[in-house]
Amino acid sequence: MNAPRHIRTPLARVRGFGAAKSGTGHFWLQRVTAIANIPLTIAAVTIMIMLLGRNQPAAAQILGSPAVAIIMLLFITSTMTHMRIGMQVIIEDYVHDDIAKLSLLIANTFFVAIVGLTAVYGILKLSFGL
Amino acid sequence: MAEARSFEGPRRTERPLSPHLQIYRPTLTMMMSIVHRITGIGLYFGTLLLAWWINSAQGPNGYGKFEAFAGSWIGRLILFGYTWAVIHHMLGGIRHLIWDTGRGFGPNEREWLAAANLVGSIGITILLWIVGLLFVGGPQ
Repeated sequence: MNAPRHIRTPLARVRGFGAAKSGTGHFWLQRVTAIANIPLTIAAVTIMIMLLGRNQPAAAQILGSPAVAIIMLLFITSTMTHMRIGMQVIIEDYVHDDIAKLSLLIANTFFVAIVGLTAVYGILKLSFGL
Repeated sequence: MAEARSFEGPRRTERPLSPHLQIYRPTLTMMMSIVHRITGIGLYFGTLLLAWWINSAQGPNGYGKFEAFAGSWIGRLILFGYTWAVIHHMLGGIRHLIWDTGRGFGPNEREWLAAANLVGSIGITILLWIVGLLFVGGPQ
């Protein structure tokens, strides 16, 4: 019963991907962003607690200061990447109708792009003082 | 086969199904798995609050509106739940990373990890709110 293995050319192996065409890219990216999210979340929560009770100019100044702004930008991009993959998995698990599934997958990308870039814009605006 | 199906149309074959969620008695590890996914969904939509908070800091009027929300009882309830969701999902994620190394699957280990996830998330959330409200002064 070794015949199928011999019929299969090395080309499929060279290309590396099966029918999904994407290999383990999402699995790996979800782990990498999960690891990044641990220190970034601790830092972001610390920043939020630091800002409690401060007035708007003080909050704007702290959020826009270089170290805090860079941490917040890393936090936003890492969590947005992580949650986009996470929501995609949830949609693929529960929605089996093709039209509904594709619509939700596109909506997922749009949501993450809009909310993520809005947050990034807010940090950059505070940081550059425009 | 494909041609036969195109004549008769797709037909659903009755096949035996494996037992699903409603068959099993709920266990702690099962509940923590479900809660991990639910907190993930909550955090997904919670980023709307994050984006609002960051952009409200651009001016005093917007920031006042956010502070009024954050200081209201419903706002505090949502932010308390948000805090717990962040911590629970983070601890649950660490649990998953431990599992990724092939460790922590033993009967005692997995129960201990699930309990630590729940107790840790509640404890850290309460601790953060005590620090935020008592020592830093809370939202004004």
